[in-house]
Amino acid sequence: MKDVTETGRGCRNAPILKERGQREVFCGLTSIIWLHRKMQDAFFLVVGSRTCAHLLQSAAGVMIFAEPRFGTAILEETDLAGMADAQDELAREVGRLLERRPDIRQLFLVGSCPSEVIKLDLEKAAEKLSARHGPHVRVINFSGSGIETTFTEGEDACLAAMVPTLPETEERQLMLVGALPDVVQDQALDLLGRMGIGPITVLPSARADDPVDVGPNTVFALTQPFLGETHAALTRRGANHIPAPFPFGEQGTTAWLRAVADEFGISDETFAQVTDAPRARARRAVAQAAEVLEDKSVFFFPDSQLEIPLARFLTRECGMQAVEVGAPFIHKDLVGPDMDLMAEGPVFAEGQDVDLQLDRARAARPDLTVCGLGLANPLEAEGLTTKWAIELVFTPVHFYEQAGDLAGLFSRPLRRRALLRTEAAE
Amino acid sequence: MKLTVWTYEGPPHVGAMRVATAMKDLHYVLHAPQGDTYADLLFTMIERRNHRPPVTYTTFQARDLGADTANLFKTAARDAYERFTPQAIIVGASCTAELIQDDPGGMAETMGLPVPVIPLELPSYQRKENFGADETFYQIVKSLATPLQKTAHVTANLIGPTALGFRHRDDITELTSLLADMGIGVNVVAPYGATPADIARMGAAHFNVLMYPETAETAARWMERELDLPYTKTVPIGVGAIRDFVAEVAAFTGRSATLDDSRLRLPWYSASVDSTYLTGKRVFLFGDGTHVAAAARLARDEMGFEVVGMGCYNREQARNIRKLAKDYGVEALITDDYLEVEQAIEALAPEMILGTQMERHIGKRLGIPCAVISAPVHVQDFPARYSPQMGIEGANVIFDTWVHPLVMGLEEHLLHMFRDDFEFHDDAGASHHGHKAKLREMNATPTPEPEAADQPRMETGVAVVWLPTAEKELKKIPFFVRGKARRNTENFAAERGVSEISVETLYEAKAHYAR
Ligand code: SF4
Ligand code: SF4
Repeated sequence: MKDVTETGRGCRNAPILKERGQREVFCGLTSIIWLHRKMQDAFFLVVGSRTCAHLLQSAAGVMIFAEPRFGTAILEETDLAGMADAQDELAREVGRLLERRPDIRQLFLVGSCPSEVIKLDLEKAAEKLSARHGPHVRVINFSGSGIETTFTEGEDACLAAMVPTLPETEERQLMLVGALPDVVQDQALDLLGRMGIGPITVLPSARADDPVDVGPNTVFALTQPFLGETHAALTRRGANHIPAPFPFGEQGTTAWLRAVADEFGISDETFAQVTDAPRARARRAVAQAAEVLEDKSVFFFPDSQLEIPLARFLTRECGMQAVEVGAPFIHKDLVGPDMDLMAEGPVFAEGQDVDLQLDRARAARPDLTVCGLGLANPLEAEGLTTKWAIELVFTPVHFYEQAGDLAGLFSRPLRRRALLRTEAAE
Repeated sequence: MKLTVWTYEGPPHVGAMRVATAMKDLHYVLHAPQGDTYADLLFTMIERRNHRPPVTYTTFQARDLGADTANLFKTAARDAYERFTPQAIIVGASCTAELIQDDPGGMAETMGLPVPVIPLELPSYQRKENFGADETFYQIVKSLATPLQKTAHVTANLIGPTALGFRHRDDITELTSLLADMGIGVNVVAPYGATPADIARMGAAHFNVLMYPETAETAARWMERELDLPYTKTVPIGVGAIRDFVAEVAAFTGRSATLDDSRLRLPWYSASVDSTYLTGKRVFLFGDGTHVAAAARLARDEMGFEVVGMGCYNREQARNIRKLAKDYGVEALITDDYLEVEQAIEALAPEMILGTQMERHIGKRLGIPCAVISAPVHVQDFPARYSPQMGIEGANVIFDTWVHPLVMGLEEHLLHMFRDDFEFHDDAGASHHGHKAKLREMNATPTPEPEAADQPRMETGVAVVWLPTAEKELKKIPFFVRGKARRNTENFAAERGVSEISVETLYEAKAHYAR
C-alpha cells in the first residue's frame, strides 16, 4: 500500500471536462432525508409542488412512514393565481403544524423550484414566523430547489443558513462541520478528545439547545466535501478552515486527524498513541475488502460531491484505477488536498451531459460504475457492475472503524457478480 | 396550500412517464429542473426496469431562467430525436416549467421534426398522476389511431396497462389467455409494450377491453366514438366479475360465453370448512376506485367478509365509489390524505384492511393485518412469480393473498387454548409473520401504543370506563379479536347507558353479539 507522503504530481491541476447538458441528479431537497434524522427537534417544511412531495417520498422510501419531521406545503392554483396570499397561507399551515408538534424547536422553510419561480419570499416568511413563534421555535429558510441546488448542496444550504444565527464566541475551539451518523461522530469526538483537543462543537447539533457558537478563534474542519457555502459563511464569521483530505479510509482519516492535530500542536507521540491501534485495524479491514478491488477500474457519475475523496480512497488504498471521476461541482478549496493525493490519469468531469457520459462509460466498460439509482439497473442490464451512490451518503462510512465497510460497499457488487451462476452445471 | 407528508399519487407528468415508459419507440421530452429526474428511479428501482425511462429532461437551472429556457428545450428535443430516433415524441412541462410558460408543445411543433409530436397539457397544480396517464394515453391514441378495416378474425385491444401499474404485467397474460379460450385474439396491448405504429393499428380490433379505467377510460370513450370500438365495463377481478366480463364479451362478439374454470380454486377454497373462520371478518377497503370496487364484491360475495368501510384516493372515481358504498350500506371515504384514512380505520377497527402500501403501514401501526390490492406500488408489488389480479389465476392469487395476513383457522383455536403459554401467547402474533411491526422505524418520537388509541370513543357522548377486573378479562381474549371485543362491549354499554364496564358487561355483550 502506498504511503500518504509519496504523492507524485497529484491531480489538483488536471484539466477538468466541463459539461452542461442533461443532468441526472437529485435536487437539494433530498438532503432533508438525512438532515431530519440528525436534527431531532427540527422540522423541514418544503414549500413546493406535488413533485417535491413525491420526490421526498420516493427518495425516503415508504420505509419511514409514521410521521416524519418533514412535509411539503403544496402550492395550489389559488396560491399561484394570487387569489390567496401565500404568506398568510404559509403562516396558517405553520401555525397548525407547530400546534400539533410542540416538540419542534427549529423550523426550516425550504424553498423549491416553484416557490422560487413565483418569487415567494421565504426569508420574509421566516422572519415573521420567528417573531410569532420565537423564542421557543426558531424559523430559518434555505433553498433546496433543483434550479439552485444539487443533492447534497441542500445540506450545505441548510448549514450555511444556520451560521449567521450562531452566537458569537471568542473562545479557541474546534468545530466539526457536517451531518454525520451519531456512531461516526462519536468516534471522531473520541479520537480528538483523547489527543487532548477541545472544546469541540458540531454543526449541526442534534438539538436546538445544544450550544454551537462561532468566532474568530474558532477553527473548523469539514467532514463532508460538499459544504462550500457553509465554509464561506463560517469564514465570514471569522472562523478558520483546516484544509485536509476527507476522512475516508485509513489514509484519509489519518491525514484529516493529522491536520487537526497540527493545528492544536499535538505531538507525534500523542497522535501515534491515539491512532496507531484503530489505524492498524482500519488497514486490515480495508485490505480484506479490497482484495477484489485491486487493479479494477472505476467510473463515477456525478452525484453527491463525495466522488473525488472516494476516488482517492479507492485508488490509493484499494488499488483501483479511476477512469472518470464525475462530480456535480468541483470546489478545489475543499477537495484540492484529495486531488493532490491522486495519481494522474483519470478524467475529471464537472457538471453533466448524461447521454454523452453514458457513451463514455459504455466505451470504457469499467469494472465498477458508481451512479445514481436511475442509471444502476439499466447499466447492470448492459453488463456493467454498479454501486448506487446514494448509499454512500446514508451509510456510516467516515473514519477508521468504517473504512472496511466503505471498501466493502464497493467490493460487494463485484463479489456478487462473480458469485451468481444460473447456467447448467455441465 | 396544503401540508402533505405522504401522497398516493405523484404529479401528472409522472403519469405521462408511466405511459411513455410502458411503450416502445416513443420518447418524452420533459421541460423540467434536474431534481425531477428522481422519477427515473421509480421505474428502474421499484419496477426493476432494465432500461432508462425514455425521457429527456431539459434540466434548466436558475441561471437559465432569465436567459433562454426555450432554446434549451429546443436543443434537448432535437438531441433526443437524433439520439433515440423514436416513432413519435410527446412533449410537456413539469410543475416548474408550467410556471415559466415556455409552451413546449408549441415550440416542438414549429421545429419540423420528421415524426409526430404530441403536446401534453397536464395542469400540475390541479391534477395528479392517474389523470396524467389517462390524458397522455388519450392524446397519443387521438393523434395516431384512425378508423381501419376490422381484422378478419375477432380481436380485442387490451387497454390501460402502464409501467408502475399494480400487477399489470401479469393481468395482460391472464386476459390474453382468457380471450383465447373464447377464440378471440389480441390486436394491440397498449400502452404496455406498444409502439406508436401499434397505436395506429388499434382501430382494426373489434372491441376494447378497458382493463384499468384510471389510465385509459378517456381513450376508450374516444375510440368508441371515433373508431367504432365498444369497450368492456366490467373489470374481471373476482369470480363473479369474470363471469360478467365473459358475458359482456360474448355479447359484443356473438361468441359463446366460454370460461375454462378448471384451474379456478377460489370458490372451493372459500367453501371448504377451513375457511369458516373467515365468515363475517370485518374488512376496510381503500385504494384506487377500480380495485376497491372489485375487491368489495369479492370480499363480500366470494370470501364472506363484512365490508365495514371503503374509499378511494382518486377523485375521478369518487362518484362510483360513493354509489357502491351506498349499496354496501357504508360511508365512502374519498380523500388523498392518509391521515384521514388512518383515522377512519382507527374508528372502524376492522379485522383486516384491503388497501395500498400506505394502509399496510397504517395497519402495522394499529396492529391490523393488511393485504395490498392497489397502487401506489412498492417493490414488493412486482413479485418474480406470476401473480395477476385478473382472471382465473387472479382469483386464486387473491384468495391466498387475503387469507395470508389473517391468523389461520386452526391456529386461531390453538392460540386461544394456549393463550397463557410462554411462547404461544397473545402477543406473539401469527407465527408466519415474522416479528411484529417495528413502529416509527426512523423516528425517535414515541408513538402512542395502539392500545391507548383504543380508549372509549362513544358516539353517544357517555364516557365509558373499564373496571380493572374487566380490563384484565379483556386481556385474556386473543389479540386478534380483542379490538372487536372492546369495541362491541363499549357500544353495547353505551347503547344501554352503562358507564362502567364490568366482567358481567363484557360477557353480556359477548352473548349479544354472538353469531
Ligand atoms: S427539482 Fe424542483 S420541482 Fe423538482 S422536486 Fe426538486 S425542488 Fe421540487
Ligand atoms: S405458520 Fe402458523 S399461521 Fe402460518 S400457515 Fe402455518 S400454522 Fe398457519
